[in-house]
Amino acid sequence: MNSSQARRPGRSDTPGGGAAGHSAARRAVSGRLPWMLVLPAVVGLAFLVLPLAGLLIRAPWSTLLQRLAEPQVLEALRLSLVCATAATAVCVLFGVPLAWLLARLEFPGRRVVRALVTVPLVLPPVVGGVALLLVLGRRGLIGQWLESAFGITLPFTTIGVIVAEAFVAMPFLVISVEGALRAADRRFEEAAATLGASRWTVFRRVTLPLIMPGVVAGAVLCWARALGEFGATITFAGNFPGTTRTMPLAVYLALETEPDAAIVLSLVLLAVSVVILASLRDRWVNSP
Amino acid sequence: MSTDGLRATLVVRRSAFTLDITLDVAPGEVVALLGPNGAGKTTALRALAGLTAMSGGHISLDGRPLHTAPPEQRPVGVVFQDYLLFPHLSALDNVAFGPRCQGVPKAEARRVAAALLERVGLADRAAAKPRQLSGGQAQRVALARALAVRPRLMLLDEPLAALDAHTRLEIRSQLRRHLAGFDGATVLVTHDPLDAMVLADRLIVIESGGIVQQGTPAEVARRPRTDYVARLVGLNLYRGLGDGARVKVGQLLLHTSEPLDGPAFVAFSPAAVALYRTRPDGSPRNLWQATIGGIERHGDNVRVHLDGPITAFADITPAALADLQLSPGRRIWASVKATETHAYPA
Amino acid sequence: MFRRLSRWAVAVPVALVIAGLSGCGSSDTAGSTSSAPASTSAAAGAKDVNVFAAASLTGTFTELGKAFEAAHPGATVKFNFGSSATLAQQIVQGAPADVFAAASPATMKTVTDASLASGPTTFVRNRLEIAVPKDNPAKVDELKDLTDPKVKVALCAEQVPCGAAAVKALDAAGLKVTPVTLEQDVKATLTKVELGEVDAALVYTTDVIAAAGKVQGIAFPEADKAINDYPIATLSKAPAGDLAEQFVDLVLSRQGADVLTKAGFEAP
Repeated sequence: MNSSQARRPGRSDTPGGGAAGHSAARRAVSGRLPWMLVLPAVVGLAFLVLPLAGLLIRAPWSTLLQRLAEPQVLEALRLSLVCATAATAVCVLFGVPLAWLLARLEFPGRRVVRALVTVPLVLPPVVGGVALLLVLGRRGLIGQWLESAFGITLPFTTIGVIVAEAFVAMPFLVISVEGALRAADRRFEEAAATLGASRWTVFRRVTLPLIMPGVVAGAVLCWARALGEFGATITFAGNFPGTTRTMPLAVYLALETEPDAAIVLSLVLLAVSVVILASLRDRWVNSP
Repeated sequence: MSTDGLRATLVVRRSAFTLDITLDVAPGEVVALLGPNGAGKTTALRALAGLTAMSGGHISLDGRPLHTAPPEQRPVGVVFQDYLLFPHLSALDNVAFGPRCQGVPKAEARRVAAALLERVGLADRAAAKPRQLSGGQAQRVALARALAVRPRLMLLDEPLAALDAHTRLEIRSQLRRHLAGFDGATVLVTHDPLDAMVLADRLIVIESGGIVQQGTPAEVARRPRTDYVARLVGLNLYRGLGDGARVKVGQLLLHTSEPLDGPAFVAFSPAAVALYRTRPDGSPRNLWQATIGGIERHGDNVRVHLDGPITAFADITPAALADLQLSPGRRIWASVKATETHAYPA
Repeated sequence: MFRRLSRWAVAVPVALVIAGLSGCGSSDTAGSTSSAPASTSAAAGAKDVNVFAAASLTGTFTELGKAFEAAHPGATVKFNFGSSATLAQQIVQGAPADVFAAASPATMKTVTDASLASGPTTFVRNRLEIAVPKDNPAKVDELKDLTDPKVKVALCAEQVPCGAAAVKALDAAGLKVTPVTLEQDVKATLTKVELGEVDAALVYTTDVIAAAGKVQGIAFPEADKAINDYPIATLSKAPAGDLAEQFVDLVLSRQGADVLTKAGFEAP
């Protein structure tokens, strides 16, 4: 609204007197607004935000509190937060070194490896879940051995949820961190090497601090993706209250019978994630 | 010959470029690599630091081979062109970084760093982050950081290029003092002849990957051997054939005060060139007719570009410019006294 | 950098969470994406019949659709197979359906309550069976075996018809089973058996037959207490009009019954 007001003097401007100088200055300001960018941006924003508005409008506000108080809701929420956080930790632990490998080492087949890293992005999550079953399931290539050697089975366990979420979310972290690594000035690493730092020390004391904003951005994306994960989770880890039923699974099942309940659950998930991410942001903005 | 100091032959082959130079730098000596952009100066420095792989050659420092060691194991300190202070560490921690990497305990490393910062006059800026430092301060922190690893070879890449003219003067003299206090070999890279002359004991001029001239600053300034060096030191330079007290340059015979035979260089200062609207009376020995190619300010004077049998620069006063009513394209007479020229074997 | 990150930090997760949720719908209810093309073709020609049918009818209805097209030259039958509850929601939200075949009376009721259809007819019934992997590793042969805590059992979630039926059957038998998972639909439940991730599951006879030897089905008497009725109805505003009625007639005909029985459905 402001921008459309700012534009008007530019159009209706007539030369003459001191006012012309004044409005010419304003015209200069409005002339710099790139409408070719602003309009699509507003449309894009509306596209992203309107579904959220739909949820808010259709929410059964009168019964909201009562529905929220149901223990199953809190249980699913707790499970979602725990699993998304654990999955993010797993992704950081393995994804950052993987990103480093892709960004810093020349090796044959690097392009292929990079393409493989993005596979979980394009794979329908349900297919990802089936693929995980085929590898880590009770009769899977590795799962079979895990069970016979250690008695560990991943499907239908909370660990299974974390595995499924990490599988789907890891590309977000790797791509973000690899981008940060490529953008980072490698000469700082060279400077560190001339000061006697081993490659590990260079990574730990120079590279990692330099790319920290990228790591945080990647972790945030990763966490958000893990939090919303549905397909791979329900396929690989199944759905049982308290152990594997995360919020998105609860939302999906609620949709079958009680769409209102599904909306409430979605809103809870959204509210919690926005609050957490916003507070995370403050922390990072305020830190030096 | 002593094995102390740096002895290096650096060969780096690229698709359209080959660096191939040999350097000997004694302990305590400061050598400047001087050359135009793209000559290979920085490549040479990076090869010495181990940051660029060599296609051939060898490096030894104090008798020990260096070229087989990775950068982190070379006793080399580097001051990079824009200093590359780690932005997330304080000045003190930047300086302490090297000692920490060498396994010095944290408290000790910080003590060493504080002492070095004190030495470069920045004790009060120890806690500052690099972005809070001025260019001159950042340069001194970078120097302290490089010195902190107790290097036997110090490499400086355009150490003054990032500074403005005002700070530069002061920092240059400080840098000279600090380098004088360093007992290892020093190689610095610059494209600024003034920096090179002030800071270095010896200049090595590199063009297109090879050494074209080396010597003390005074020698190089007096006897340039390439157009690039002549331009740097501000002389007109010609290559010709000596025949007694005359050197034949193209169609022109230049009389010199130093007789010599065979291929020879003749150099003279633009200030030594006198200009006349009409052919002067008397007998300047070196007189030629030239066309004015251009006129530009040069300090307090005016520099006139002369085309003709030889191209030359002439520096005249603004008053003389007005008297002569010069303009590009005009024909004019130019002369230089034989005693103002300097001839030496090519 | 941090500032830029901060804006992402809110916008992106919101978008992703929404994307994730909407992804659920489209990836798991196979037909939901096909409703859009169905609507355009419905506008294009009156010879199209849009049939919204429960996922468990996929095989049989596809076959009947071909028979219908053969008998009605020029007519095209378009299917939207999916979870009955989802299909009912789509119809209530205005999806251009001609025929709705649901896997439970409850989901049909969603549509009739909205006055979009009336007088549904039960055209088949489906019965639960115990599905076990081909090698039956837990040696299951009756419903009671599922109560053994060592036996991993998958059931459908109570919110979907096969889950409701399973609860009814187990209650009727007086058995308490603790499943390892409550799957979102019967196909997902069956997949867990096929892959050997669970030792047993309660699914429909038709699903066992459709799995074509990849699982073994074990009938159990308590299934009688939990028989699922499948109602079918034409929608009152069916764009295809008579053609819709004719398709329902085909389903209810002898020919339709043959196809459905062959797949394991029981006559009502």
